[in-house]
Amino acid sequence: MTVRFTKAHEWIRIEGDVGVVGITDYAQKQLGDIVYVELPAVGAKFAKGVQAAVVESVKAASEVYAPVGGEIVAVNGALADNPATVNSAPESGGWFYKIKLGDPADLNDAMDKAAYDAYVGGLH
Amino acid sequence: MIGKDSKATPLDRLHRAFGAKMVPFAGYVMPLHYADGILAEHNWVRGGAAVFDVSHMGQAEVKGADAASLLEALVPGDIAGLKPGRMRYTMLTNDRGGIIDDMMATRRDDRIALVVNASRKDFVFPYLAERLKGRARFEIHSDRALIALQGPASAAALARLAPAAASLAFMAGADMPVAGIACFVTRSGYTGEDGFEISLAAEFAEKLAERLLDDARVKPAGLGARDSLRLEAGLCLYGQDLDETTTPVEADLAWAIGRRRRAEKNFPGADAILRQLSEGPERLRVGIRPEGKAPARAGAVLARPDGASVGAITSGGFGPTVGGPVAMGYVAPDAARPGTLLAAIVRDKPLPARVVPLPFVPHRYHSSRAQLDRPRKEFRP
Repeated sequence: MTVRFTKAHEWIRIEGDVGVVGITDYAQKQLGDIVYVELPAVGAKFAKGVQAAVVESVKAASEVYAPVGGEIVAVNGALADNPATVNSAPESGGWFYKIKLGDPADLNDAMDKAAYDAYVGGLH
Repeated sequence: MIGKDSKATPLDRLHRAFGAKMVPFAGYVMPLHYADGILAEHNWVRGGAAVFDVSHMGQAEVKGADAASLLEALVPGDIAGLKPGRMRYTMLTNDRGGIIDDMMATRRDDRIALVVNASRKDFVFPYLAERLKGRARFEIHSDRALIALQGPASAAALARLAPAAASLAFMAGADMPVAGIACFVTRSGYTGEDGFEISLAAEFAEKLAERLLDDARVKPAGLGARDSLRLEAGLCLYGQDLDETTTPVEADLAWAIGRRRRAEKNFPGADAILRQLSEGPERLRVGIRPEGKAPARAGAVLARPDGASVGAITSGGFGPTVGGPVAMGYVAPDAARPGTLLAAIVRDKPLPARVVPLPFVPHRYHSSRAQLDRPRKEFRP
């Protein structure tokens, strides 16, 4: 199972031609208590790097960008009633949406886990 | 980023020991929250008691026989009528009736103690010094710390260290030793809950905070919880909900204009303020309750269902005790009636939001009569 990470602190897990997208554990810790997640519509198309979702903590609203271009094929509706799942399980139950990959080359500059951990370590 | 110019409060070391996330605020580096986070701290204040470091706020005193009347030349509040040991919320107004700063004023025998906003003290202190010069002594107490203890358990927690605190009335203050340290304690706060603000020499602040926190009922809370608590309590934050263009009438603070002062008409901006009192203001601060789950934050435009703008949100976010988004803002008078359906424009989308009465969470200030007459109201966690 391939998981890749972006400098904007999103993760994407590749399942065939679909990527499952969420925010990283580092991101949820920085944001604090998450109280609302605005998800894209199923069927919406995004180019890589464009805002596809919004996550709101008690403190502020933050944009979540599409790590790859493509079409939204599913969203995590459970976050509407339980946005705190993003805090408790950011890289599993707290996923945001599934996107059908337009171009696998979009992943070329994404980091693997070791590279992302090193990147985050350098932010302190 | 925290700049080199940010000042530390006397409790800086304690904040870091409790795992605070430190952020710059009004020229200081302050705790945004501690290890448990804003939600937990907010809920702890509603159910128990929490210590807030508010040492960044400006403390000063006006001394002399004419202190009250000299201050009355600058504020619309009844200061001369303050009995010794009583405190009052008031504001400095400008000639247009706009609010220069809001503050607490406490009568202490021959002097009036003031607490002004951290973000305004660099302007307000020279302003006051200039206007009082030669007529009263104006002392800035930058060597003092201010610690707030807020929440329904705060009276019992403070009584352990200062038995006299339990008998203080709401909006009253007295000198008393707390854990053997000389303090000036007022029963007041910024959360809507019962609580105290404790002023003391900065050198003893850490010792006092440690003693307050050495109690299972008491935890530390930061600026994040302070903001969500005051928003649910419908209390204004200067710089967001109040500024030099908003008047006390527009801000729904007309209750802070003394009856005698209205008759005397001798405070800055009296003409504009009294005209608004009789004719009505052009805009009014109201509570806003977004009907969905998305928070509507400061700056969001408020519109009628047909899309016409009627105002804007000045404070907004998630209300942990309410369990959903809460906000306040200014709207045209004909849109200010509770129940009015508006739209808050969030990320270019209109979200249904209703005008509601403030506060969102009923105040539970100390009242000796209420305690005798009826049991404490039960509150949802």
